[in-house]
Amino acid sequence: MSDWRYKLSENRATLLAFVFFIVMFGIYSSNHPAGFNANVVQTAANKGVLLALVAMAQTFVVVTAGIDLSVGMVFVLANCLASWIVVGSPATAALGVIGVLACGLICGAINGMIVIYGRLQPIVTTIASGAVFFGIALLLRPVPGGDVYGPLADALTGRLFGAIPASLVALLAVIVVVWIPYRRSAIGRAAYAVGSSEPAAFMSGVPVQGAKFCAYLLSGLIASVAGLFLTFVTYSGEASSANGGSYTLFSIAAVVLGGVSLFGGSGSAIGAVFGALMFRTIGDLLFVFNLDPLWQPLFQGVVLLAAVCVGSARLFQVRNRLELFG
Amino acid sequence: MSQQAHPTRLSAAFRRVDPPVAIAFGCIVAMLLLGSLYSRSFLSPEYLLQQLKVASFLGVIATGMMIVILLGQIDLSVPWVVAVGGMMSTAATGWGPVGQTMAIPFGIACGVVLGLVNGVGVAYLRIPSMIITLAVNAVAQGLMVVHTGGFSPQDSSSPAMRTLATGDLLLGLPNALLVWAAVGAGAIFLLNRTTFGRAVYGIGNRERAAYLSGIDTQRTVLIAFALAGGLSAFGGVLLAGYASKAAQGMGEAYLLPAIAAVVLGGASILGGRGSYLGTIAGVILITLLQSILSVVQMPEAGRQIIYGVVIIAMLLLYGREGRAR
Repeated sequence: MSDWRYKLSENRATLLAFVFFIVMFGIYSSNHPAGFNANVVQTAANKGVLLALVAMAQTFVVVTAGIDLSVGMVFVLANCLASWIVVGSPATAALGVIGVLACGLICGAINGMIVIYGRLQPIVTTIASGAVFFGIALLLRPVPGGDVYGPLADALTGRLFGAIPASLVALLAVIVVVWIPYRRSAIGRAAYAVGSSEPAAFMSGVPVQGAKFCAYLLSGLIASVAGLFLTFVTYSGEASSANGGSYTLFSIAAVVLGGVSLFGGSGSAIGAVFGALMFRTIGDLLFVFNLDPLWQPLFQGVVLLAAVCVGSARLFQVRNRLELFG
Repeated sequence: MSQQAHPTRLSAAFRRVDPPVAIAFGCIVAMLLLGSLYSRSFLSPEYLLQQLKVASFLGVIATGMMIVILLGQIDLSVPWVVAVGGMMSTAATGWGPVGQTMAIPFGIACGVVLGLVNGVGVAYLRIPSMIITLAVNAVAQGLMVVHTGGFSPQDSSSPAMRTLATGDLLLGLPNALLVWAAVGAGAIFLLNRTTFGRAVYGIGNRERAAYLSGIDTQRTVLIAFALAGGLSAFGGVLLAGYASKAAQGMGEAYLLPAIAAVVLGGASILGGRGSYLGTIAGVILITLLQSILSVVQMPEAGRQIIYGVVIIAMLLLYGREGRAR
């Protein structure tokens, strides 16, 4: 197989997610009452980027064949923390941003330590740690409120050169600064190896524990970036368990739509980002067609159900029933 | 049964109790003793019966979750299947006398249908259970939002539902507790005494091996998910009877406790290992923890933190995986 063919088949899922997203967004913007203009794109981008970041956070852990059900709660915690400390002068706001990112790293480190050294299953661990993170968020913001450093928030949620949504540029920056170097580094490759087969990775001398720990750490970090961004969008902090829960669930949906295997070892955060943008566009499609908003959850659910069923088309290629039980 | 066999049987019974189950029951006793230092009423029969009554709603839901977890799968559709059970049974009550008598079976049947969709997805389409149950949860939510128009439904529950959830017909024992006892007895029988139960444990250990030894693994998984859906909906029916109406978010508070109860009871989240006795211990443990935290008037934030820390601490105590190599 030639090189480009290999790369194509390797990235097929990501490309598919990209194409689907473009098609859906095309339908969305061409039917939007206001037409395709910078405002429509900006609003859609600000909403989409939040989920895209959380989905990216989820990808780091899913690639190692784990799952992080606390991403939504880290997201909410970072939001509440940011509404306290990203305020005041430019200098204090910058310190605040660093503080929020550090908080995300700590959350990720706690998850990683418990999963790796405590040897507990990721599902249960992150459910329980998610409760703790949410509790802390609630301590910080018993009632919604707070503020954020305005100029930074406006710069990141506004438009560059009057046309390009700044949030998309920020998302791109996160991908370029965090994901691409990670994917190319030894530790990133190790994460994929661990996800494919942990015993095989261990036998080959891959730093299994380091790779897993790094994945949880980065997951916490990116989730806190998303929380920071939420603060910039809403100008306040709110400890909402509904928000945390739905972002966790949507992040899993986005990851799957983006072609990341829940069994680990394949897929990319870029696919997950398009999966997230696609998921958001699906939700918004109903509005442009003037349907009753009551039908939105059902529509979103049915699309999700259909999308995951399409993934099982590979069953038609199974020659031996034993392959089913992999 | 000869006389001599008796002591060995007894000691065998003791040996069969898993350390996790013993620890979980030990924690329940310790928690009650600690609580009694705060207030005498923690050891009163009224308080204990009240707790068991509250626990039985979680117990019914956790039973379904346990069967699914024993398979090595998970059911994340609990929140809205519970709501479907509650809302459909109260809706049926509003359809007149026939609806009133059919309210309970109708609510459960709706849950079974959703469970069947889960089961088909997992067993025949080979979709990871975490995804398909999430999608079914979203669809169930969508259906209920359309059904109720986004508000909590006005229909109230039927008298039978209310009696089942709040009354006490026998010896002053709450009916809900009797319902849980019946469900639990059924689950114990099913898991320990039937080929279905054996197949569940077999599939949880290694589906490939179970298939090769002649078990119809796909049908077993389908039935297990249908059972879990039915039990979740039954939990919703009971909750609707308890509160005398259904509400939008009535199931949200039951997903994580149900998983936590099963896992705290010593069942492996990877499947194939765990006993119903452990789940009973887990359910009571979680209910007591929630009750004690609310009795000492811990604010919601502290409750969440302690809740999470206790679950992690207990699992670190006995739920750890063996070293892989």
